[in-house]
Amino acid sequence: MCEYTAKDYKKGQPRWCPGCGDHFFLASLHKAMAELGVAPHDIAVISGIGCSSRLPYYMNTYAMQTIHGRAAAIATGCKVANPNLSVWQISGDGDGLAIGGNHFIHAVRRNVDLNMILLNNRIYGLTKGQYSPTSPRGFVSKSSPYGTVEDPFRPAELCFGARGRFFARAVATDATGTVEILKAAAQHKGASVCEILQNCVIFNNGTHDSVATKEGRAKNAIYLRHGEPMIFGENNEYGLMQEGFGLKVVKLGENGVTEKDILVHDAHCQDNTLHLKLALMEGPDFPIALGVIRDVEAPTYNDAVHEQIEDVKAKKPYHNFTELLYTNDIWEVK
Amino acid sequence: MSDSLEVKELDHVVVRFSGDSGDGMQLAGNIFSTVSATVGNDICTFPDYPADIRAPQGSLTGVSGFQVHIGAGKVFTPGDKCDVLVAMNAAALKTQYKFAKSTACIIIDTDAFGEKDLEKAAFTTQDPIAELGIKNDVIAAPITQMVKDCLADTGMDNKAVLKCRNMFALGLVCWLFNRDLNIAFTMLREKFAKKPELAEANVKVIQAGYDYGANTHSSVAHTYKIESKTKVPGKYMDIMGNKATAYGFIAAAEKAGMRLFLGSYPITPATDVLHELSKHKSLGVTTVQCEDEIAGCASSVGAAFAGALAVTSTSGPGVCLKSEAMNLAVITELPLVILDVQRGGPSTGLPTKSEQTDLLQALFGRNGESPMPVIAATSPVNCFDSAFYACKMAVEHMTPVVLLTDAFVANGSGAFRLPDLNEYPAIVPPYAPAEMKGSYTPYTRNEETLARYWAVPGSEGYTHILGGLEKDGRTGAISTDPDNHDKMCRIRAEKVARIPVPDVEVQGCVEDAELLIVGFGGTYGHLHSAMESMNAEGKKVALAHFTYLNPLPANAESVLKKYKKVVVAEQNLGQFAAYLRMKIDGFAPYQYNEVKGQPFVVSELVEAFTEIYNK
Ligand code: SF4
Repeated sequence: MCEYTAKDYKKGQPRWCPGCGDHFFLASLHKAMAELGVAPHDIAVISGIGCSSRLPYYMNTYAMQTIHGRAAAIATGCKVANPNLSVWQISGDGDGLAIGGNHFIHAVRRNVDLNMILLNNRIYGLTKGQYSPTSPRGFVSKSSPYGTVEDPFRPAELCFGARGRFFARAVATDATGTVEILKAAAQHKGASVCEILQNCVIFNNGTHDSVATKEGRAKNAIYLRHGEPMIFGENNEYGLMQEGFGLKVVKLGENGVTEKDILVHDAHCQDNTLHLKLALMEGPDFPIALGVIRDVEAPTYNDAVHEQIEDVKAKKPYHNFTELLYTNDIWEVK
Repeated sequence: MSDSLEVKELDHVVVRFSGDSGDGMQLAGNIFSTVSATVGNDICTFPDYPADIRAPQGSLTGVSGFQVHIGAGKVFTPGDKCDVLVAMNAAALKTQYKFAKSTACIIIDTDAFGEKDLEKAAFTTQDPIAELGIKNDVIAAPITQMVKDCLADTGMDNKAVLKCRNMFALGLVCWLFNRDLNIAFTMLREKFAKKPELAEANVKVIQAGYDYGANTHSSVAHTYKIESKTKVPGKYMDIMGNKATAYGFIAAAEKAGMRLFLGSYPITPATDVLHELSKHKSLGVTTVQCEDEIAGCASSVGAAFAGALAVTSTSGPGVCLKSEAMNLAVITELPLVILDVQRGGPSTGLPTKSEQTDLLQALFGRNGESPMPVIAATSPVNCFDSAFYACKMAVEHMTPVVLLTDAFVANGSGAFRLPDLNEYPAIVPPYAPAEMKGSYTPYTRNEETLARYWAVPGSEGYTHILGGLEKDGRTGAISTDPDNHDKMCRIRAEKVARIPVPDVEVQGCVEDAELLIVGFGGTYGHLHSAMESMNAEGKKVALAHFTYLNPLPANAESVLKKYKKVVVAEQNLGQFAAYLRMKIDGFAPYQYNEVKGQPFVVSELVEAFTEIYNK
């Protein structure tokens, strides 16, 4: 059924720095769209401002690069006005979580059927290197020469705090992993948040080093797949188990632990407690979770808006302007 | 008592209903104005909301008023002062007496002037009439008791009974003006169709009020009659400005064959537009109550991109927040209507009061060269046309348009002759023609209007990108080329400048006025009344009142330069005058400025204009 190739979604020559994670992500997005088979003219890609927000210029779809932080709000209007479009919102960590934080949480809360991509490089690249809301405490940058004195957002926490029904994570340099979550995001009906760990080679090089390469991911990441046991490690020798209120890493075969003891991923579980724990795991004690961490069905805002319109149309007796006029108290002057 | 109380004929009369916010003064006022309009009088109403929404019952800050101006000929304002003041309690008399003419008849409910009531209203004596120095005719009726007696056998509880007091006052006023009660009865029976007992109770109380007046002849020398002189036949409804604005948007969407989308955030005094549009989903209207003002505008830009007729509604503080997204619509050249129901500023200012202080913000309050058409509605009823034409302009010229109304026109009402949409012009979006399929670029323009051709996402062969960055005029690609930017700025400005708008009409002594009054937007009624009243005194005065502010009408310069003296009167410190001076070389008008948050007072205008006239 797939009648498109990645080329059909491609346009222009990206201007990002050589080696920038955005290049990798863009290629995966083209590929994912081709595999999804949605016609380019039925897609709208909407971004804000920032390095990653240049992305719509490289899409042979309908696209709009807008203003800083507002992509989620603009994408919401676009999707509600024309629900047949497949709408992708592209933001960086500054665009999406700092200046656009309010729109981010409300788009997630409303569950607008948007594919919300958050390219997280933990830095402001376009303005040349200031700390962002995802930079770790103590981070030294041009605007924090002595280190930041604030804690970062963890995107998953915000997403789940806003009742997010879909959260996935991939490393930009991992094409397979990225394409997989993008496709899942597109197929999920509702707000799908994809955190892309993206390297900024200029201002924050190596921020995602531990998982940047295949070898690194084998050691430091776990790919979560619905229905499969949570096993990871270079030789699949580790697994995750629940312990008390938390998770723990165990070695298979040690202390009598077998595959049967390992947690099986349930992305569709309504309760987000474990999803959040998985999403917040970080090194060195835990692997970083990649893949679709949460994917739960719920009514979408755009569907609900239009269902309500149809509902009211069926119930109310007036359907055009003139009929509307006559619902008022009218008098006649002869 | 004689049965032949004299009936005096009046040209127009102003009635002010006042009471506690829960006393239903607005309903009484509305019925009275509709009853009057039904016999062909012209009407204009204005509510005066209490300063404090949760004020305790009977307190001074909890008083709400509703003023109705009815006339044999056209009426243009709700009137300066009233001929009849209804004060349902002591606090109402205390706060509203200042709105009564010295000749006004005052109706009070003596049962609401007890010791406690007087205390709450901060009277220091037991005789409020003397304390306020009232010399007017006062109809002092024990309204509460009479309503109780009247409804004694209905089985209604005390609270429900008391809610009918307003109808007694209404009945009394109807008697005073020889109004046909049957019209009021019909209205009430329709309004309370689901609660027929309540309707009948109200009917009974109105009749009782009427009979009370007729039987006692109260303490007035005569009753009044207002004949209708300028009847325009047709079907009418009473409409408030905000509702008329919402109706204008709905009508435009229907005419254009587009989905109406409103992105909005609640803000006084614009919220009623959100309320009104949210009701009409059966017409396919899509409303999104957003997380903030910014999203209200941003979601509308997104909806416009997706092909909807997009509108965002707000007041001044909201415009501050929306201005960045408004500018996105400027540079992407997407149609969008931004409704600014002006209120007192700066900052939170006077949220429920009315000013014209956002004019320069609407015209210029954005970064960069940001041309934007601005239209200002002149009356509650005119909000309909202004909204309709704002949409037409936005869509046909691919531009955001600011529609300015204000708290005064938004909350005021007038008799609205039901429009026939067939008499309104078509709205034709400049959709990209079929021959552009496959080669479409978003900034290809109609040579005449300079509007770009519009391709809506979902159409095959027209994919493109829009954005906030400057683009090459030909290809639409990002461009930082200096000459291209210069050219694009000029094209966007020229596109707006070329929008055709109707000439500004001069009224009054068109040929030989010594003084031309100039205004814009919601002050029309007051300025027109001031002109009429000066004309009646034999002074040669004309009025040029502007609806279209950017671009200005083609005849603006010749009109403004034609007369010896010009006074620009506006509810700000001179924004329109400054704008006109900027646009028209050598224009040096007198100015009349007021920023009190209150409508102009016609008598004060006349006094000020006369002084200029006599200079
Ligand atoms: S500055 Fe960083 S984020 Fe921006 S394009 Fe260069 S590498 Fe990418």
